[in-house]
Amino acid sequence: MSSAVDGADTGALTTDPTTDLHEAGPELVQLLTPEGERVDHARFTFGAGLSAEEEAERIRGFYRDMALVRRLDVEATALQRHGELGLWAQLLGQEAAQIGAGRALRPQDFVFPTYREHGVAWCRGVDPVELLGLFRGVDQGAWDPKANNFGLYTIVIGAQTLHAVGYAMGVQRDGHVGTGDPERDTAVVAHFGDGASSQGDVNEAFVFAASYNAPVVFFCQNNQWAISEPIERQTRIPLYQRAKGFGFPGVRVDGNDVLATHAVMEAALQRARDGQGPTFVEAYTYRMGAHTTTDDPTRYRLSDELEQWKLKDPIERVKAYLTRNGLVDQAFLAEVDEEAEALGRRLREGCHALPDPHVLDVFDQVYAEQTEELAEQKAGYAAYLDTFEPEAAR
Amino acid sequence: MTTMTLAKALNAGLRRAMEDDPKVLVMGEDVGKLGGVFRITDGLQKDFGEERVIDSPLAESGIVGTAVGLAMRGYRPVVEIQFDGFVYPAYDQIVSQVAKLHFRSGGKIPMPMVIRIPFGGGIGAVEHHSESPEAQFAHTPGLKVVACSNPVDGYWMIQQAVASDDPVVFLEPKRQYHADKAEVDEDAVPDPLHVSRVVRAGEHATLLAYGPTVKVCYAAATAAAEEGKELEVIDLRTLSPLDMAPVYDSVSRTGRAVVVHEAHVNLGLGAELAARVTERCFYSLQAPVLRVGGFDTPYPPARVEEEWLPDLDRVLDAVDRTLAY
Ligand SMILES: Cc1ncc(C[n+]2csc(CCOP(=O)(O)OP(=O)(O)O)c2C)c(N)n1
Ligand SMILES: [Mg+2]
Repeated sequence: MSSAVDGADTGALTTDPTTDLHEAGPELVQLLTPEGERVDHARFTFGAGLSAEEEAERIRGFYRDMALVRRLDVEATALQRHGELGLWAQLLGQEAAQIGAGRALRPQDFVFPTYREHGVAWCRGVDPVELLGLFRGVDQGAWDPKANNFGLYTIVIGAQTLHAVGYAMGVQRDGHVGTGDPERDTAVVAHFGDGASSQGDVNEAFVFAASYNAPVVFFCQNNQWAISEPIERQTRIPLYQRAKGFGFPGVRVDGNDVLATHAVMEAALQRARDGQGPTFVEAYTYRMGAHTTTDDPTRYRLSDELEQWKLKDPIERVKAYLTRNGLVDQAFLAEVDEEAEALGRRLREGCHALPDPHVLDVFDQVYAEQTEELAEQKAGYAAYLDTFEPEAAR
Repeated sequence: MTTMTLAKALNAGLRRAMEDDPKVLVMGEDVGKLGGVFRITDGLQKDFGEERVIDSPLAESGIVGTAVGLAMRGYRPVVEIQFDGFVYPAYDQIVSQVAKLHFRSGGKIPMPMVIRIPFGGGIGAVEHHSESPEAQFAHTPGLKVVACSNPVDGYWMIQQAVASDDPVVFLEPKRQYHADKAEVDEDAVPDPLHVSRVVRAGEHATLLAYGPTVKVCYAAATAAAEEGKELEVIDLRTLSPLDMAPVYDSVSRTGRAVVVHEAHVNLGLGAELAARVTERCFYSLQAPVLRVGGFDTPYPPARVEEEWLPDLDRVLDAVDRTLAY
């Protein structure tokens, strides 16, 4: 097509007409179909080097993880409904993406989560009760990031991606990249959503990571929605293709396929640990619940869409695969159910037992080196509180 | 006359502003189909279309930065920042561009933009959802900053802010959105945007408030009246520029003033108000101007926010202290 006005060849500037935002196509890495059939992929395999029994054990583990984090999510949602939590951000539907990514980590790797990464937190060994504190309003993230190499939840969209790159730059400077020592070489994961991909911070993180060849994996859970905004509002090409423009590889994986997500993340993490730089992994998935417990998705999306995605449920397909191939028996499934029950109980009890903060404590948390004026402000407020209830103001 | 909540009043005000001027645009995250997370823009996209009520990509710097360009092209963008704590990605655009373009261009580039920010706490939210960033903007020359406290003001002030040729940071007390209803007379002649108003007369001390603390101060004044202390309450409404005449007038009569805001006290609006009152009413003052506000810590976890925020008791305590001089 050329411009009628001055003959300029605008046709030379068209975009690739084959890029479809939602096209699964050959670009989507999938190793387990929604029906629970194993399929091959040209570049990625799950379980290379594992014996059949080892592989089955792994997959049973994934099933267990996913079933338990779904239970965690359901329980937390119920706690919110009962007024025990102020808010909850559900992970429903994103279990495979999170468990696949989380189980591909080595202990020394470090994770920068959003506010929805309960499944990754689970894999890292963060006490699920501790996840509730922020949502209950008793703290703003009480776990120690260094204890499990799992950062605090970040609510300001995208901010943590830059932190991940900076942490990865530190890893580089410490000489923990490309040594060939599997216990030393370290990768960093930046979690974020499709909506976050629009933020300046995230794009700056791509630039920094590429510029320094940082050992970081950008793991984007494209769950199709940013609150009420569909993915089309954020991008007109598949997100993974953006990576190319920044100068590092991007791959789209079926985020409801735990085997594929695990395989792709294992490769991307190893690439980072080996010193080959950043990778963008787009986990193509779906937010089956509301954005958070305060959201009402019926205002902006059709229930049809949800019904379609229910057919691709990440847990059902693993269960189908395992049962069909005789890799689990009823006893195993019942055991997982029991574990889920126990986890539910532990969450309820743990939630109720979370200690309420005292307002005076907040004064001590502001600085590493307390200032005199803030200490004075605290003392003044304590004295004031004493005039009401002497024993409460410690 | 229509009975409305603050949320409904803002919605109706925006609607009327859009009807009055086809150049008025609404933009922000989730403002379209969803009608905003607080439903302030509910129904506007349905009635004015996607060209005028724009769901933006998730990027605050992008929202405000593109609003600058739209303003240069003759539009009057009303941007919504979803929560106070999320304005900072746009802070550079607001402080370095929005605030300065009129100045730099010698008036050739006005910035008729409204930046709506739900602010303040008390809704039991997680972090970044309860902050009071007004001083950051009031400190910036080139921006005007206002805060509404009730449905009637919400209805009129939003329209006046949209009509202003200057950029207005428009603060909405989110705790009040769905709280109290009031009769709004759509045919009334409103006060100008940048005036403060005495909302309760009294002779013993003056309470200066805006946004969410107007209600707190009103309740404090009602309680104090039972003990024979008559407190004058002023709803400042405009934070930059300040409208000091009613304040000076009041403090010259009462001789005592207490400023109440949710923002941190250190270098907050209260500091400016105290300085000005001291400069102008020095010989009338019977006591130093006192400030009641958020403590100088980040906003605390929700479970202790009510103890952190200025409440009736803390206001009355300050009143007692000022009366004790
Ligand atoms: C800077 C910033 N702006 C706005 C918000 C409000 N907000 C919270 S979550 C969200 C949508 C995020 O969408 P996405 O990145 O796709 O992640 P998802 O919630 O789908 O996991 C928005 C707009 C925020 N937390 N931070
Ligand atoms: Mg999303």
